[in-house]
Order: sequence, then C-alpha cells, then structure tokens
Amino acid sequence: MAVLELTNISRHFGAIQAVNDVSLSIEPGQVVGLMGDNGAGKSTLVKMIAGNFRPSHGTMHMDGKELILHKPAEARQHGIEIVHQDLALCNNLTAAANVYLGRELRRGVGPFRILDYAAMYKRAGQLFAELKSETRPRDLVKQMSGGQRQAVAIARTMLSQAKIVLMDEPTAAISVRQVAEVLNLIRHLRDQGISVVLISHRMPDVFTVADRVIVMRRGRKVADKTIASSSPEEVTGLITGAIEQV
Amino acid sequence: MALTIDQPIEHKQQSLAARLFASQTFWVVIAVILACVFLSFATDAFATSKNLYNITRNITFVAIIALGMTFVIITGGIDLSVGSVLCLSSMILAVTMHAGYSIEVGILASIATALAIGAFNGILIAYLGFPPFVVTLGMLSIARSLAMVASNNTVVFQFGPDHAKLLALGGGAWVFGIANPVLYMILLALITGFILRWTKFGRHIFAIGGNEHAATLTGVPVRQIKVAVYMISALSAGIAGIIQTGWLGAVTTNLGTGMELQVIAATVIGGANLAGGVGTAFGAIVGAALIEVIRNSLGLLGINAFWQGVFIGGAILLAVLFDRIRNFRRSD
Repeated sequence: MAVLELTNISRHFGAIQAVNDVSLSIEPGQVVGLMGDNGAGKSTLVKMIAGNFRPSHGTMHMDGKELILHKPAEARQHGIEIVHQDLALCNNLTAAANVYLGRELRRGVGPFRILDYAAMYKRAGQLFAELKSETRPRDLVKQMSGGQRQAVAIARTMLSQAKIVLMDEPTAAISVRQVAEVLNLIRHLRDQGISVVLISHRMPDVFTVADRVIVMRRGRKVADKTIASSSPEEVTGLITGAIEQV
Repeated sequence: MALTIDQPIEHKQQSLAARLFASQTFWVVIAVILACVFLSFATDAFATSKNLYNITRNITFVAIIALGMTFVIITGGIDLSVGSVLCLSSMILAVTMHAGYSIEVGILASIATALAIGAFNGILIAYLGFPPFVVTLGMLSIARSLAMVASNNTVVFQFGPDHAKLLALGGGAWVFGIANPVLYMILLALITGFILRWTKFGRHIFAIGGNEHAATLTGVPVRQIKVAVYMISALSAGIAGIIQTGWLGAVTTNLGTGMELQVIAATVIGGANLAGGVGTAFGAIVGAALIEVIRNSLGLLGINAFWQGVFIGGAILLAVLFDRIRNFRRSD
C-alpha cells in the first residue's frame, strides 16, 4: 500500500494555478525524484505535503487514511519530515543541539526539568553512526563541511518515526565529494524503509539515487516513471517542454 | 589517515586550557585581576574593605541589568530602554510607598510596571516586526517621561511606613558584611546561568540568535520567546531600580540616565556578540566588574575623571579586538 497518495491535488494563488490536478503515490522505502523547471510547481506541491499550504482541491491519504494538515507541526506528527534547502541549522549550536532543536530531551519532574545533554549527545551520535557520517554530536555546526551539515539536517528527520522525508535541493550548494556523501545519506534513509522525495535540478543525482522520477511542468505532472525506463535526455525534454507528455 | 587528522582536532576541542584561551571572558577576567593586583600595590586606598565594599556594590546595578540584557543580546536584539525603565520602576516604587502603601505593594507595582513595559516592547518587536533598536529607543523616551509625570518631576525621599525596610533592603549587609545588592546580583547571575545552560527556553534563545528562520522552521515558539526576553530585560532593570532606590534613599527623574550604554558595554566586554547567538551570565558580571574597576582606579590614581570615557571606551574596543583576532586566525 502506498504510504502517501495524492488524488487530483490543485492549488491556486488568486488567478495563478501553481499546481493543477496532480495525482501520485509514494511507496514505502522508495526514492522519488521530483523534477521540473523553476515555477513548475514542485515547491508548492511539497509545501502542501509538508503542511505549509492547504490544497485548493483534491485529497491526500496517508496509509489509507485521509490526511488534512493545517500547519507543519501536524505533518511532523504524521511522520512527514522536511529537509529545507538552507538546512535550517543554527551555526552557534552543536550538532546534537541542532538535531534536537524544538524537541529537546529533558529530565526531571514537573516544572523542574533540565536539558538532558547526555541523552541527546548519545542519540545524536547513534543517528550519525546510522548515517555512516563522521559528524560528532558535540561539534559546533559552524565548523562543519557541507556534507556534515546535511547529515545533521537529515539526522533531525530520523528522530521520530519518519515515514516520508522531503528533501529540497539537498545537493544544490555543495562540493562534488559532498554530493556523493549526501546521496549515501539518502540511501541509508531508504534502507530503513523511509520514503524520500528528492527535489532536485541535478539530473545525475536523481538518476543515481532515485527509483522513480516525476516531472512537473507548469503545474501539471507530465511524467511519472521508473528510472530504468527513462533517460536524462527524455527528462530534460519533459522539463523544457520539448516532449509534451509520456 | 582520517584518524590521524581527527585526533589532534578532538584533542584541541576537548582541552580546557585551549577553550579558556579562546574565550574573551577569560581575558577580561585576567584584566580585572591584574588591575586589582596592580591597584593594591600602587595605592593604599584600593584594597581596603571600605573600597572593596563600594566597588562590589557599584558593580551590581549595571551587572544585574546586564544579566537581563544578555538574554536580549543573545537573541540578536537590543534594549535601549533599560536606563529609563530603571528610573520609572524606582519612581513607581517611591510614589506608591510615599502614598502610604507597604513595601510589598510598592515592589509589586514596580515589578508589574517593568514587566508591562517589557511586554509592550516585545510585542511590538516580535509580532509587529518593529526593529528592536527603534522600539526601545522610543521606550527610552517614554519611560523617563512617565517617571516625570508620576512624580511631577520632584525628588522622592520619604517612603511612608516601610521607609526603613526599603533602606535596609538596598543598603544593608545581612550576610558576612557583603552588601545586599551584591547578594542579589550573585543570586540572579546563578539563575541566569542556569536558565541559559540547562533549560529549553535558554536553548531556544541561542537558537533564535543563531538562525531565527531555522528556529521558526523547527517549531521553536520564536515570537513568545522574544516577548519573554524583553520582559526579562525590563524586569532586571526594575529589580535594579528597586535595589538602587533602597541604597540611595531617594529617587530623582534622572536616575539611570545613560545607563543603557554602560549595560550594553558590560555585556559586550564580557563576550556577548551584538549579532546574536553568544553570551553568558558570567561574562555580563565580569564586564560590569571591569568597567567599575577602571572607574574606581582612575579616581584612586588621581587621574582626572574626564578621562573615564576614554578608558572605558578603550576597554570595549580592546575586548572586541580579541574576538576579531580569533576570527581572523580561524579564517586563515
């Protein structure tokens, strides 16, 4: 059964139709590349899944139950996590503090509860180990490389039992070596049965790591096929409009 | 290979000495200690119990507000209204007690006033998006003006039935001959340090100063916390005002004039970063101490008081210079 299913989803902002009648389903443990030019509707679509916007039309189902989100926190409760394009990290805090930002662990009773540094360091360290990242929980984020910063942002999504991780352009601003590191992180998420929606402009990344590619153009879904049955040339054609639809 | 590189890095970060030497607060502490040692030998008057009593007590008023200001500065904000809020709180206390109410009622009214002003500042900043500089600059003017209105611009020096209690509260020395204000300062510093290090609230304050957008995205209640820090800052000014009233035994409407700059100076000398994300309770106290020791020593050494500003300004620049040097080294 699909972990997330979108049926005839549309969203307009005034007269502008940002997303137009899109249906798609995402299977558990699947990496889906979501591609399209600027303004194709990728971000709007993802923001509806993340609870930032509500769809104007259409329905979303998660594990067969209807999913209605009013704000991002509700998406999180349902196991939908997002890795923002700018990673949303605080440079002045440690890796562990960033992983737990907004969901700090505390110990003690009633109002006398203090931050549980030991537990947070320990769990963050485990998450980095699971991700096969060399990131250390006590290091400050400002001292980290792009790949390590990605690991921190991704570890954050693994704190709770995430079902879907939405990643917004995770490889846009990092070096070639770090791109490989991030793609590995994505594979580790997939291996744990987490579905990943990878929004990207970079054709090689999607073709390296994704199982399926969805292409959007002008608010519509123009292609939804397995990586094996597609090619970078075809996807480029779909993005630019040289190929109308498949 | 990776291991051989990692080990020395880890060693460097773990080493307490290295962390100390990299801390601006540490160097300011050294400066304060050196100044004290030098003054003990250079002058007869410095190391007397009377002078030390005066210095420690004089530190407190700036230090207590600097503790509150530290919260605001860590979030990347600024509060210019603290000097005026100190004056208004003192005046509300004085006027209430002068009218015959008890010290409890006076303190309650004074604290409530401070909190209301802090909430007003905070709401304008957090919910309406006003720049902190502008809001608190406006409040600097408003609060002092209200103090003049409340007292009809007179000096209040009679505090009704609880007059003696108030004077004992601020002017007494209940424990080991340490001035009461110093005890309050130590207590408040411990509370501040605890909040910053051990509470979720403290963690979120640092997060807001580090990356406000990230804090919002990860579900930190940014707006509520911002209102809270301006209330804390105003509260600290109110507390300092109450203590200072008890110590001085009189309130005038020019009380605390220009104090906001001393407070900000103390915070910055102590290692807080005006860009946000960095600051400690200990740093605020040490910064206030350095300023007071400089002031005191110039007097004792017979240097014209007009030079005070030069030395204090120099200390601010020197303290921040350390920070810059550290950053230059890192970027190399």
